[in-house]
Order: sequence, then C-alpha cells, then structure tokens
Amino acid sequence: MEKTPILSVQDLNVKFSLRGKVLHAIRGVSLDLYKGETLAIVGESGSGKSVLTKTFMGLLDTNGWIDSGSIFYNGQDLAKYTAEKEWLTIRGKEIAMVLQDPMTSLNPLKTIGAQIEEALKLHQNLTGAAAHQRMIETLTDVGITEPERRAKQYPHEFSGGMRQRVVIAIAIACKPKILICDEPTTALDVTIQAQILHLIRELVRKYELTTVYITHDLGVVANVADRVAVMYAGDIVEIGTSQEVFYDARHPYTWALLSSLPQLGVKGEELFSIKGTPPNLFLEIKGDAFAPRNPHALKIDFEERPPFFEVSPTHKARTWLLDPRAPKVEPPEVLSRLKRGEEI
Amino acid sequence: MAKYLLKRIGQSVLTLVIILTIVFVMVRQMPIDGYFENIDKLDEAVIQATLDKMGLNDPIWVQLKDFFLNLLQGDLGTSARYSRGVPIAQIVAAKAPLSIQLGVLSMAVAMILGIPLGAAMARSKSKFWDKFGTVFIVLVNAVPSAVYYIYIQSYGTQLLQVGMLFDRENWVSWILPVFSMSLGNIAYYAMWLRRYMVDELNKDYVRLARAKGVDSKKITMRHVFRNAFVPMIQYIPTSLLYTVGGSIYIESLYSIPGMGGLLVDVITRQDNPMVQAIVMIYSCIGIVGMILGDLLMAVIDPRISLTKKEGAR
Repeated sequence: MEKTPILSVQDLNVKFSLRGKVLHAIRGVSLDLYKGETLAIVGESGSGKSVLTKTFMGLLDTNGWIDSGSIFYNGQDLAKYTAEKEWLTIRGKEIAMVLQDPMTSLNPLKTIGAQIEEALKLHQNLTGAAAHQRMIETLTDVGITEPERRAKQYPHEFSGGMRQRVVIAIAIACKPKILICDEPTTALDVTIQAQILHLIRELVRKYELTTVYITHDLGVVANVADRVAVMYAGDIVEIGTSQEVFYDARHPYTWALLSSLPQLGVKGEELFSIKGTPPNLFLEIKGDAFAPRNPHALKIDFEERPPFFEVSPTHKARTWLLDPRAPKVEPPEVLSRLKRGEEI
Repeated sequence: MAKYLLKRIGQSVLTLVIILTIVFVMVRQMPIDGYFENIDKLDEAVIQATLDKMGLNDPIWVQLKDFFLNLLQGDLGTSARYSRGVPIAQIVAAKAPLSIQLGVLSMAVAMILGIPLGAAMARSKSKFWDKFGTVFIVLVNAVPSAVYYIYIQSYGTQLLQVGMLFDRENWVSWILPVFSMSLGNIAYYAMWLRRYMVDELNKDYVRLARAKGVDSKKITMRHVFRNAFVPMIQYIPTSLLYTVGGSIYIESLYSIPGMGGLLVDVITRQDNPMVQAIVMIYSCIGIVGMILGDLLMAVIDPRISLTKKEGAR
C-alpha cells in the first residue's frame, strides 16, 4: 500500500458550548489517513468518532468549533476554513459522507434521480442529458436494477437497503477522494448489512477511494478495515493495522472493548461489560481518561496523560503500561481466543 | 381520484345538511318579537297572521322539509325582513364580489408577508427576525383583535389621509381593511411555517444535503421549505375560514357593503331565510377549502395517496 497521507490531522481540539458550559469533545487527536486505505474508527457512543470526521467536512453543529490544531488536505488547512463557500469546494466533491439511517437521510419529496443529479450539477458541471446519464451510471454501480425506472421513484418506494444504496450513489456520484461512512449499516438488518459492506468494498476498489468507517460494530471492522483507530473520551488511544489491534492489543480500553464481544462470551455466563461510565467531558481530564475504569491503572495514570508508545512502526498506543518501567500486565485471558482465528 | 372526490363531496353534503338543520332550528328558537318593528302596537291577530304568512307557525319539521325541498330546486328563498320579497340570490350576488375580493386580497397579503417571515424566523433562529416575529405573533394572538382593528382604523385612516369608512373607488381605503384582515393569518402562517421548518432543519436529509455540498440557502429553499409546506397546506383552508370570520367584524367596522356586514345585519333583524343562506355559503367555502387543502397536499407530497385505503407513510 502507498504510504502517502491524503489527509493529516494534527493535535486537533474541538469544543462545544452547551448550556453555558464548554465540552471538550476532541482532545488533541493526531491522525494520518493514507491514500487508498480503509480506516475504521471504533469507540463507544460519545467518544467523538462522528465529531472527528465531521470536522473534515465542516459539518460541526453551530455550537461547536475547532479550538486548535490543523487538518491538512491537498496542502490546505481545513481547520482554518470558516466560510461556507470554502467548504463547498470540499463537501461532496473531495470528501463525501454516507449517513447512518437511510430511512431518513433522503428528501421524501424529491425523486431519487433528482437527488443524485443535484450533487452532479453542483460539482461536475453536468446538466441535462449528461447529468442524467451519469446518474443512471451511478445507480447501476450501486447495484440498483432498472435504474431508468427507479430514478423516477421517490424514497418511500425503496426498502432500507435500497435507500442506503441510493445514499451511497449520492456520495460517489461526484467521484470524491475520501468516503466517510458514519455507521453505514447500523440501521439495517444483518443480511442487508453484509450486502452493503460488500458493495462499499467494491466501489472503493472501482473508484479508488480512501475510506473512513465509523462504527461500534467490531464485526464490521474485521470485515473491511486495513487499519483501526480506537477512540475513548475524545482521543485516539490505540491505532494499528486490523491484525495488530485485534490480535495484539496493548491499551486496556481496547482489551475491554474486545472482551465485550459477545462471540467471546461463554454460554451461560454473563457477557463482559466495562464497569463505570465514560468521563465527563465538561471537566478537564487529568491523566489517562480511562484510568478510573481501568483495573490495571497505575498511579501515574491518574496524574499524567500518557504519550503514544510505539509497538511497531504501524502500531501505537497511549498507555503507561507500555513504559519500560511499568509492571508487566497480561491482556485478559479471553482475548487469546481471538488468536485461534475465530470468525468475528 | 374521481371516486375519492365523489366520496368527499358526498360526505360534505351530509355535513352541510347537519349544519343547516342546526342553524335552521336555532334561529327558530328566537323570540317572535324580533320579527316585528314594534310588536307592542300590533294586536294578536295581526301578529299571528304575519307569522302564518312567514310559515313560522307550521310544525318545525314541515318548515324544514319545505326549506330543503326549495334548496334542492336551487331556490334560496326570498328575504323576509332585510329587503322584503327580494330573492336572496340577488342580494348576495350584489354583495359577495366585494367580500371575495377583500378575502382573496388579504389571503394573498398574508401569504406574501407571513411565509417569508416564517422562513426568516426559522433561518435566523434566536436572532433578529425570530425575535421580531415572536413578538408580532404573541401580540396578534394575545391582544383581542377588536383592539388592534380599531387602533389600525383610527390611526391608519389619519396616516393615510382617508375617511373612516370604506370607499370602493379609492384604492387607498382598501389598504387598512385588507391589512387588518390579513394580520391574524400572517401570524398564523409565520408561526406554523417556522415550527415546521425548524423541525425539518434537524432532519437527516438536511445533513446529507449539506454533506453533498448544497449551500444553506438552497437547502432552505429547495429541501426544507417544500417539506415544511406540506403540513402547512392543511392550514390554508382553516385560515380561509379565519379570513371570512375576520371579515364579519371588519366589514361592519369600515361599513363595507359586503357579506360579513350582511350576516350581522340579518341576524339582528331575524331574517331567517337570509341567515340560513349566508351560513350555507360560508360552510360551502369552508368545505371546499378543506377538500382543496387535501388535494394540494396529495399533489405536493408523493407519499400521500388519496386513492389507496391504507396510509402510504
């Protein structure tokens, strides 16, 4: 795989103002997205996965802002973009997004053909017959049969899986460089999930897309991702190739996350769950954000934020356990079952 | 579609019959004093003779039967007291055009002012237009309309240098009555449009449109507005009724020789056939408005199917 970063996030801080208080949603994230790779961002609800990717497209809600840091794309710092006009050169054209719930993400009053063509007219300068032709092409690409007939129909005439295909068609119509999939299969049933994942993988190859998956479904991650970033409390705590994160995890939070996989549970026993609650992001976090819930927490975890320790050139984790001075802690026993190559 | 329309019209006729029966019975419960200029000076025989002539001494079901039979033949009857003996159709035909012009004008003004106000309020949530609109809506709804109608009349006529009373030939004297009539509807449209647009703005398809690279102005106009307008359309017939209701008071305030003033007149003078006829006309306007609203909704929203039995949503 080529190792040229297409998008580079440096020390990004995002804050929200909520009821007069300031919430620190992204706490100093640095991340390189390499050309052509598929990166999965995992983490529990509220860990900042969606917020992080929204900053790439300037889609933060109006009460949120980038406090510091930079997002380099094509030699431009997206973090400095403020005017909508600037963002319109990125949105849909360079970076596109597939949203979670296909049932609500299409305009109910417009034909799906018109909704795809809208994007084409904006970014490709296509009009009339040319736009129509490209629209039909895109619908064929996402596996919709009889595209000419279907293009004239309204979203309510489509099933959930078909609508998600349309949403994907809108995203790829303008041939973006980066595709962000925000939990693209969460709202679909399991058989459709597999089809949609397969479709996205196919399109990634055909359109040479760089893909970011946001998900809390580790099964999806194992299926699609080249690399995995684990987020907790607005920060990436561990990042590495899928192999490394699944079979050689180093951060206690990643251990806990993997241990909660129902597939690793033993029949008749209670499933593993992480004790405690995520930290309150309204307060300044001291030390390691996961420390209060971490059974292996060291004293220093409560005092100083751990730096990234490199495990391999592609694998790093933010935990003091990797410090040479730290006591040796073995990952939980259940994780060894992952190594036996069980299907996730 | 035709089947649906026929069914709706059939239901409407039934509604109309019920309304007319109720009004018919109600006006006949009024004291008979109202039928005479000065009942004290008349002797009993004359009174009874007059009542006989007007058919008021017949059993009520006979009167009702006669009324509906005449109506079926397209005969609205003649005025009993307002201008005795003149066919009601003729009186109404002379007055209705003015009221219709006023009503349509004021609806148009309400849409031209109310819809942009609502849209501006939704777009600038919590900024100037939203605050301005909120104050306006609360004012119009909370203050009894008679208060600001009179206020507008007395200050407005001074400002515009026109007489208190309506002059059909002078267009300036149309401004105040039309504006007064539209005030309620402006507030009504603005309030509901804002509410529906704010609802729509938080929906996923707006997020997708933004992610697609559509600018926020186009999102508001092309995506949000149309979606917000679907439920709004239900309110148009209701606001038509509001306009009609408002016109009764305003027409008498400006002495406009229209239908609204006429209704007040004939009620006070107990001209039963006229009351029935005018109530019927107003009910028809309301019913037609509601059917139109439903049809419009089906036109604008592909999910609404009038012919299917089960809901498509």
